[in-house]
Amino acid sequence: MDAPIIALEKIEKVYHLGDVEIRPLQGVSLAISRGESVAIMGASGSGKTTLMNVIGCMDRPTSGRYELDGKEVSKLSRDELARLRNQRFGFVFQNFNLLSRTTALENVELPLLYWRDSSARERRDQALRALDRVGLADRVMHHPSQLSGGQQQRVAIARALVTEPSILLADEPTGNLDSASEKELMSIFQELSREGITVILVTHNAEIAAYANRLVRIRDGRIQEAS
Amino acid sequence: MSLWNTLWLAFRSLGRNKVRTALTMLGIVIGIASVIAMVALGQGASKMVENQISSMGRNLLMVMPGAASSGGFSWGGGSGTTLTPDDATAIVKGVASVASVTPVVRVRGTQIVYGGQNWVPQSFLGVGTGFTDVRDWQLDEGTFFTELDVSSAVKVCVIGITVAENLFQGESPLGQTIRVKNMPFRVAGVLSRKGTNARGDDQDDTVVAPWTTVKRVLQGSAFQNVDQILVTATTAEAIPDVVLDVTALLRERHRVREGEENDFQLRTMNEMASMANSSSQVMTMLLAVIASISLVVGGIGIMNIMLVSVVERTREIGLRMAVGARGRDVLRQFLLEAVVLSVSAGVIGMALGSLSAVIISRTLKWPTLISPASMGIAFLFSCGVGVFFGFYPAVRASRLDPIEALRYE
Repeated sequence: MDAPIIALEKIEKVYHLGDVEIRPLQGVSLAISRGESVAIMGASGSGKTTLMNVIGCMDRPTSGRYELDGKEVSKLSRDELARLRNQRFGFVFQNFNLLSRTTALENVELPLLYWRDSSARERRDQALRALDRVGLADRVMHHPSQLSGGQQQRVAIARALVTEPSILLADEPTGNLDSASEKELMSIFQELSREGITVILVTHNAEIAAYANRLVRIRDGRIQEAS
Repeated sequence: MSLWNTLWLAFRSLGRNKVRTALTMLGIVIGIASVIAMVALGQGASKMVENQISSMGRNLLMVMPGAASSGGFSWGGGSGTTLTPDDATAIVKGVASVASVTPVVRVRGTQIVYGGQNWVPQSFLGVGTGFTDVRDWQLDEGTFFTELDVSSAVKVCVIGITVAENLFQGESPLGQTIRVKNMPFRVAGVLSRKGTNARGDDQDDTVVAPWTTVKRVLQGSAFQNVDQILVTATTAEAIPDVVLDVTALLRERHRVREGEENDFQLRTMNEMASMANSSSQVMTMLLAVIASISLVVGGIGIMNIMLVSVVERTREIGLRMAVGARGRDVLRQFLLEAVVLSVSAGVIGMALGSLSAVIISRTLKWPTLISPASMGIAFLFSCGVGVFFGFYPAVRASRLDPIEALRYE
């Protein structure tokens, strides 16, 4: 087997809210191989979102090692983390986080504005391809308010895919969707996984987790089982 | 993110809130417009003063008796007046680079009569033949009086246009006789129109006669003192030298000892011009300061709106950071937005200010002068306002934590 694309070793995260010390991650070790689809499950407050943020380079662990593609990233600067987020990861959020009063196309173009010198035309072409991939080629000029929840989340997936990342991170991606859109979305994730993208889902829904080929449970900041 | 993209982004996000953007810009628009209009008015006024002063005569120096007449008292002359027509002659003979000289004797409140009309001109001057050269003042008709008229104190005069119009009512004044203090004066010529001077006096409301006639016949005085000597230098560059030479010459002639103060005063028109200029500059500065207060207020308005905008767009900032924007990308985005706001406002203000300056000069007939320098400064100032007042909100935006920003409701 290849070296894991993501290797976490004894990751701890501690922060203070006033006098209260909060330890959402208490020594998480986890290895994820390239192309795997992983569901991270846990109750709310279990630390799964913090874990997700650490994996996605949004947050730095207090201690422990995090190797991304064999390179230590837990000590990188803010700017270097931003670069990794831009070039290695795609993010899908529960509440979509699309810019309102901005077309689907421009929403998808957003990550291409950073760390690249691509022309407006290149950006547009790439964004159109990404939207086509999620089946929204006929909705490119719509604003988020003119789209259904499922369509909005597909725009968000197109935005995550437009940079051609190797890892897709989704935090409760179906949390705000009806079951039809949920199915649609999960089939997109399955397809991406087949194409070789490493997909990491965070959810508390066992049905969603069942789509992944590996399940990781987290509880009180510790990995419970990895099957 | 490239500068061009950032700029485009700034225009886009400002365009989303058109009313808010317009209201935010208003402060700067008013500030810049009033600065431009004020400076245009001020500079127009000082230009006018400059023109009026140069209408007094080119490269003119004025020599007046000293204010301290106590020195003259002990000299036995008794009048305390120190300048004489001989001084004038000595200056023209003894100082290089002097084009012409005339002594001036003033008479006040002199009534002149012609036929049934009478008139009191604002000035009645006794001068020498150098007067037309010194004052750069030509005759419309007739001739100026001659050296012979001066030396023999002939009762002859030259009148300004205002006097001619009021006294002769369309008749030709040439060769006519007017009565001054019941003495007949022949009108030899009419001076061309000169307009008002810096004080707003009508320079054409004047009568000019040989200083000898004025002194001896009108004033009945036995003394030789004159009120003023006007000197013209050949070139503007020669003025400082002429000032030094005239001072030295007069000190010698008046026997002023080393270390004693001059018993005369010497002024150049350039000095007077710069005095008038500096007073109008003070005025301009004052107006500009008042106007720039509104620029500061406008800048605070921009800062306020940018802070509101940063809070409103916290999630957008979080999202941008999540997809790879660095702090400095966000900083640049918000800073540029503030600068675009203030610079567009500045450009609109410059247009409005110039327009109102033109309207003021058309309707109120006030001279205005829109200088490229004031435009350039206004432009730079509005850039500066944008950078200065946009910086703090932009820094706040760039320091946001992406996770918290994304969670912000």
